[in-house]
Amino acid sequence: MTVTAVRKDPSSRTMTLEAEFDSSPERVWQLWADPRQLERWWGPPTYPATVDAHDLRPGGRVDYHMTGPEGDQPRGFWEVDEVRPPHRLVFRDGFANEDGTPNTELPMTTARVTIQPIDGGKTRMSIENEFPSVEAMEQLAGMGTEEGLTQALGQIDAILAEERDQTP
Amino acid sequence: MQLTLDHDRIFGALGDATRRDIVRRAIDGEEGVAELATHYPMSFAAVQKHVAVLERAGLVSKHRIGRRKVVRANLEGLRVARRLLDRYEELWRERVERMDQLISGSSEVGDR
Repeated sequence: MTVTAVRKDPSSRTMTLEAEFDSSPERVWQLWADPRQLERWWGPPTYPATVDAHDLRPGGRVDYHMTGPEGDQPRGFWEVDEVRPPHRLVFRDGFANEDGTPNTELPMTTARVTIQPIDGGKTRMSIENEFPSVEAMEQLAGMGTEEGLTQALGQIDAILAEERDQTP
Repeated sequence: MQLTLDHDRIFGALGDATRRDIVRRAIDGEEGVAELATHYPMSFAAVQKHVAVLERAGLVSKHRIGRRKVVRANLEGLRVARRLLDRYEELWRERVERMDQLISGSSEVGDR
């Protein structure tokens, strides 16, 4: 099982998820540091992500857009706060307007990523997501992503099942 | 009855272990404040204060049964709090699954 622990703390508005991968910290870091890799997992199958700019340095910015089934293209960006390859990445994730400028009406969430080697050549990654306020959580939760998420989950399960069947 | 839920209050109220426990007991419990107070190593007044915080957050309310008043959980308030974090958990679980697929896939490519 990839996800090994989930902690939700309503009082500090954080959700922390821990996962283990059968590979090195360097390989897991690549998933974040290589824009072509990042765009293969950031968005759900119905909203694949395209990374337009990727400056992974403190003070740097990552710009991306996603493309929906109707051709809609929601935009987002990260403001990068901390980068310590291959162990630590801290950024704030926000929504952008069509022209790429930050949408200040919508809240940003902070993500703190920690990547550490563990026994057996495996790697543990922990992602802590923090919401600036309860209103922010409400706003983000109400953005109609739920149906999309449920759909995506179903698709992934199907893909995973196929791949497992094909694996000798 | 439609309560207007103050979400900051909800989360603040749930930030305390005793209050979380009171809410748990109030879900199926038929206890009044005095009965609730017997479960905790603190004064009746202290438990009463906790119940008041939960009441203001809309997480519990008092109901009259005959001559007694029992504390009951308002499940709608609880659901709101949990739902929000649940959605983010779902989002990241999915992402991690895709990450794992990428890593497994790339090692096969690397072998070629």
